[in-house]
Amino acid sequence: MKTIFAMAGNPNSGKTTLFNEITGARQHVGNYPGVTVEKKEGIYINKDRKINIVDLPGTYSLTAYSQEEVVARDFLVNEKPAVVINVIDASNLERNLYLTIQFLEMGIPVCIALNMMDVAKKRGIKIDIEKLSDLLGIPVIPTIARNGNGKYELIRAAQKRAKHGNTPACLEISYGNDIDQTLSKMEAEIRTKQFLTETYPSRWIALKYLENDKQIINLGKRNHPVVSNRLEKMVRRVSDHLKSTMETYPEAEIADHRYGYIKSMIKQGVITHKPDQDRLFISDKIDKVVTHRFLGPLMMFAVIMGLYQFTFTYSEIPVGWFESFFAWLGDTASALLPDGLIQSLIVSGIIDGVGGVLGFVPLIMFMFLGISIIEDSGYLARVAFMLDRVFRIFGLHGNSVMAFIVSGGIAGGCAVPGVMASRTLKSPRERLATLLTVPFMNCGAKLPVFALLVAAFFPENEAGVMFAITLIAWGGALLVARLLRSTVIRGEATPFIMELPPYRFPTFKGLMIHTWEKTWQYIKKAGTVILGISIILWAMMTFPGLSEERANEFESQRNLAKASVSSAILKKSRTEVEETELSKEIRKLKEKLDTIDLAEAEAALKYSIAGRIGTALESISKLAGFDWRTNIALVGGFAAKEVVVSTLGTAYSLGNIDPEETESLADRLKRAPGWSPLVAWSLIIFTIFYAPCFVAVVCISREAGSWKWGIFSMVFNTILAFTLSVAVFQIGSLF
Amino acid sequence: MAILNMRQMQKNQSGIIFSVKADGEMGRRIRDMGLVPGAEIKIQRRAPLYDPVALRIMGFTLTLRNSEADFIEVEVQ
Repeated sequence: MKTIFAMAGNPNSGKTTLFNEITGARQHVGNYPGVTVEKKEGIYINKDRKINIVDLPGTYSLTAYSQEEVVARDFLVNEKPAVVINVIDASNLERNLYLTIQFLEMGIPVCIALNMMDVAKKRGIKIDIEKLSDLLGIPVIPTIARNGNGKYELIRAAQKRAKHGNTPACLEISYGNDIDQTLSKMEAEIRTKQFLTETYPSRWIALKYLENDKQIINLGKRNHPVVSNRLEKMVRRVSDHLKSTMETYPEAEIADHRYGYIKSMIKQGVITHKPDQDRLFISDKIDKVVTHRFLGPLMMFAVIMGLYQFTFTYSEIPVGWFESFFAWLGDTASALLPDGLIQSLIVSGIIDGVGGVLGFVPLIMFMFLGISIIEDSGYLARVAFMLDRVFRIFGLHGNSVMAFIVSGGIAGGCAVPGVMASRTLKSPRERLATLLTVPFMNCGAKLPVFALLVAAFFPENEAGVMFAITLIAWGGALLVARLLRSTVIRGEATPFIMELPPYRFPTFKGLMIHTWEKTWQYIKKAGTVILGISIILWAMMTFPGLSEERANEFESQRNLAKASVSSAILKKSRTEVEETELSKEIRKLKEKLDTIDLAEAEAALKYSIAGRIGTALESISKLAGFDWRTNIALVGGFAAKEVVVSTLGTAYSLGNIDPEETESLADRLKRAPGWSPLVAWSLIIFTIFYAPCFVAVVCISREAGSWKWGIFSMVFNTILAFTLSVAVFQIGSLF
Repeated sequence: MAILNMRQMQKNQSGIIFSVKADGEMGRRIRDMGLVPGAEIKIQRRAPLYDPVALRIMGFTLTLRNSEADFIEVEVQ
């Protein structure tokens, strides 16, 4: 049988650092079924013994309010780890012991890792470890996670505790007369009726009923409605009594007494020297500047700009490597494979598709490295602290700013890492609202589309229009967030009660593991779902091919062109390399042939499924001023937004347009019938708001934990975008 | 000795929590972080827009919004 240890503790207690230190790189990250909470497992190998260690999510308590707490609790009950290693911040003993007490109330075998002994010592806190161990009745091992001090002793103590085998008795604390009496009555009822007792200890079930724990009460209602009702009645009685006599609630009384229990323990000599609370810690000194009324926001702006620069500028070089590698791969495949469908599938479908997706990898690595530094150092909590007031107005959270900026809040980001950056948000509703609105930001792939339209229609005021586009994106995203939070994601703001952890230097190992995990999760996704979707999109733009008749028409045009020149020139034109000087006739012939090829490509695109969709939609899209060419380009934009430009190129018979060099296309659009500055605005608005590219959709589904939200973002955003564009076009047409 | 709502406390003012009048998720979160009657607190600072507030309790720093501080009454010297 394999032995499982679990690691549990408060956020910022150094739990993950200790976990990394013990398991090294032998880790596996997954998800708990049905929720977005990460499940981290690692293996500790010593001699021939293998121990599986699960790093439970960091929690302050064990109630059923947050996903993390439910996950941690379910794991303890269902998987029954041999021992729970409870990591405790020694410099912050009282609050950390609150969780420990709850483990002991559950009757779980616990071994304490008294972590951050160095910090505690520096602050002048002296802890009598033996005394603490005696009072709690469990082993306590001092550790310093940052350098691995004490980890072997810890494992040894945990193994000893695990070998011990038997489950300890539940810790019984007095919660005050009224509650104690009710508690024993409830316990008797639970025991005689064997109510849920095969899974949970009886006293603990009673306690959870008193704490109004929805998960346990619902479970009880399903299994034994009669007993559950009787228990709820008992709770109501004591609840009413407490309310009328002392204006308090059972859950409040229980929490107070838990803290009282901890305080009395500490007063018995666990902490032998208490430092002066008013002493200025280094973190306080830093905070005086960093969260200063004027300096704070300025520094925050600088840090965010720095993160942005770091992510997008420095990743450019490795992104370039990826791009040239896939370009080389595409060229090689084109050369090796015979012309035709297979070549097109492999080059345009698979290599371009997966290459486009893997091209994001360096970006994601850099962004997560940057965010990990900001988060692990403790600065992210300060950003949330400073910005919460602004973002709360829109139903978001102070931490939402990171996701918005990375997605293109400063033009040129990318929604894929932006969506993933929303992981730093712990409040579920705010997180979902952030996830769904970050794709409105102006990512780097939308920029070529804007650049094209601005160059073609607003050449005299490029900067002003680009700035307006940025403002529209921000305003739209925040207003939509507000809308979503008062409709589909309605609900109270999640309380902002948050710890401002002391500033710390992030550990190198932690940063590396953190960054690699996120990147690997993304790569895995690219190999499966994203490959499938890119093949589908390729097929949509390729099939059905032109009918034989039409193809023959183009072929005969080509033959006609060739027949018009002498056979000698024709022969020469095949062998001549492009760079060499061509005779006038050959050049003319080449131009003619190219025109025919491009016309054929345009016809083929119009004939394909994507083209038919575009043509079919023309009657509706006319309302926003878009013709079938624009429609096809927008359908293609679902693959990646820069495809809008290249598809427009094909649709206007200009061939594949390099999104970086669009002068010819801009020129063409200016002269094309049906285009005007108004249509350009309409298309700009549509591009800002319509469905995110499919890579972003896959990420949204993944982060939100359900495909429902991915589909929602496609449908909702497109409807919103269309409504806005029609409004712009119709109202604009009146003038 | 006076009992003040936490929202009204000034920077650097300290006191002892007198009561926490919140139940449900908010009450639970407040108590989980050690904000229970009898706990000593001191206001550290406020965010640039005056909200949220940061306070020192049991040797660590905690932030909460004014709308959450409204549920907490503090006995100040």
